[in-house]
Amino acid sequence: MRAAAVRYAPLLLLAAAWEAAPRLGLVDPDTLPPLTAVSRAWLKLLQDGDLAVNGLSSLQNLTAGLALGIVVGVALGVLMAWYKPIEVLVNPLIRILYPLPRSALIPVMILWFGLGAASKIAAVFLGCLLPIVIGAFNGARGVEEVLIWSALAAGAKRRQVLWEIVLPAAMPEILAGIRNALALSFILLVAAELLISQRGMGYLISSYGEAGAYDAMFAGVVTVSAVGFFADRLYLSVMGWALRWRG
Amino acid sequence: MAASISFQGVSHTYRPLRGEPLLALERVSLDVGEREFMALLGPSGCGKSTLLYLLGGFLPIETGTITVGGRPIAGPGPDRGIVFQSFALYPWKTVRQNILYGLEKQRQPRALREKRVRELIELVHLGGFENSYPAQLSGGMKQRVAIARTLAIDPAILLMDEPFGALDAQTREVMHEELLAIIQRTPKTVVFVTHDVREAVYLADRVAVMSARPGRVKEIVDTRFGGNKKPSVTGTQEFTQKVEYLWDLVRGEALLAQGKRDS
Repeated sequence: MRAAAVRYAPLLLLAAAWEAAPRLGLVDPDTLPPLTAVSRAWLKLLQDGDLAVNGLSSLQNLTAGLALGIVVGVALGVLMAWYKPIEVLVNPLIRILYPLPRSALIPVMILWFGLGAASKIAAVFLGCLLPIVIGAFNGARGVEEVLIWSALAAGAKRRQVLWEIVLPAAMPEILAGIRNALALSFILLVAAELLISQRGMGYLISSYGEAGAYDAMFAGVVTVSAVGFFADRLYLSVMGWALRWRG
Repeated sequence: MAASISFQGVSHTYRPLRGEPLLALERVSLDVGEREFMALLGPSGCGKSTLLYLLGGFLPIETGTITVGGRPIAGPGPDRGIVFQSFALYPWKTVRQNILYGLEKQRQPRALREKRVRELIELVHLGGFENSYPAQLSGGMKQRVAIARTLAIDPAILLMDEPFGALDAQTREVMHEELLAIIQRTPKTVVFVTHDVREAVYLADRVAVMSARPGRVKEIVDTRFGGNKKPSVTGTQEFTQKVEYLWDLVRGEALLAQGKRDS
């Protein structure tokens, strides 16, 4: 109870400051509406169904892009570690692409996949791919040789070793890579939706911003931050459960 | 005794990614009898583990031949189970799941598998720890799980790579007793790598002393004491003499390995 109070104290302070600053005239209430006004706007967005429509759209695109990134990224990373020719082929590409700012890909994705969901999913997918590939590659490459030998001596086939030994042994690094990707996916999705879209939380934020309804705009921003925060918390607890064997 | 395992003129060169190739083994020839306990004894870097990995089929045989039951080995197989110094347990599997893995690979019926797991857990005294993960176990318990996992596939040959090297002295002694008891119950051919002279003399029927790099078999010493392998032999003069004799052989090689001249 006490620990929880201490943990959430900064959040409460921030909320109090947010409410007080515009009310006391320290900042312009037009550019930073008080928290209570933002809360009212949030309730209205909820009642209108604005939040549901745009939130659901964002969530769908995020899930699709991230899921695609996990499947392709884990497969690519593990195969790179397992088959030398794939590493020779793919590793230089990763090194070249790694320093590229991921948001720079968004206009390209819009050019290729249009203004709808496909370009958003592609932007999330590409942004998430690298941290997942790198996590899976490092994890699979670091698997102790004796684990593989033990499985072979027990009569496992090479393909079975890949599924039954290499993949679970690499899981800590794979899951850490996915956590990075999860954070990136929020950034990329909202950035893509802010740039151009007809739906989604980024669209909600930018359209209310352009219309001068800043309380609703802030309501959108707070929603995205909160969902991002809780998604990470949820992911951490799932990760802790999946890696409970680490003792 | 019929030869179960036969090394003929086996050489092996390590080729590190960077640096000079290294001759680890040179023309090693050695026969191990059926149900014999053979220890490979030598200083670190003498290639004794390499010899074991070649027999396990984990490394490619470049020069010479290794046969098991007259047939040249082709890769790893369930006829040769291995226990490593680092235990090599699957950390994400429980004790029970670790032991089950080999049984699943052998496609045994489910009921039989469950029965075998229970027997093995009892054999290595791990009752009550079935659902523990390796991270929750002590070193001695981990090595018991590794031994049970290897015994689960009932290999005719047991390869042991300094299996008790990471354990404290008391645990090591207990494990010696347990290993001998297990082999008494389910007789096996054992090839046991160690640099511990007393361990080799105590456990093995014969000890192959290996020379410093490149590894060769320098001498094979019989270490049977009238069929007795009980704690009682360790106090006898015969035992002490064998240990001292082997110590002298190994000490010379250890000095050579350090680049000094044997005095």
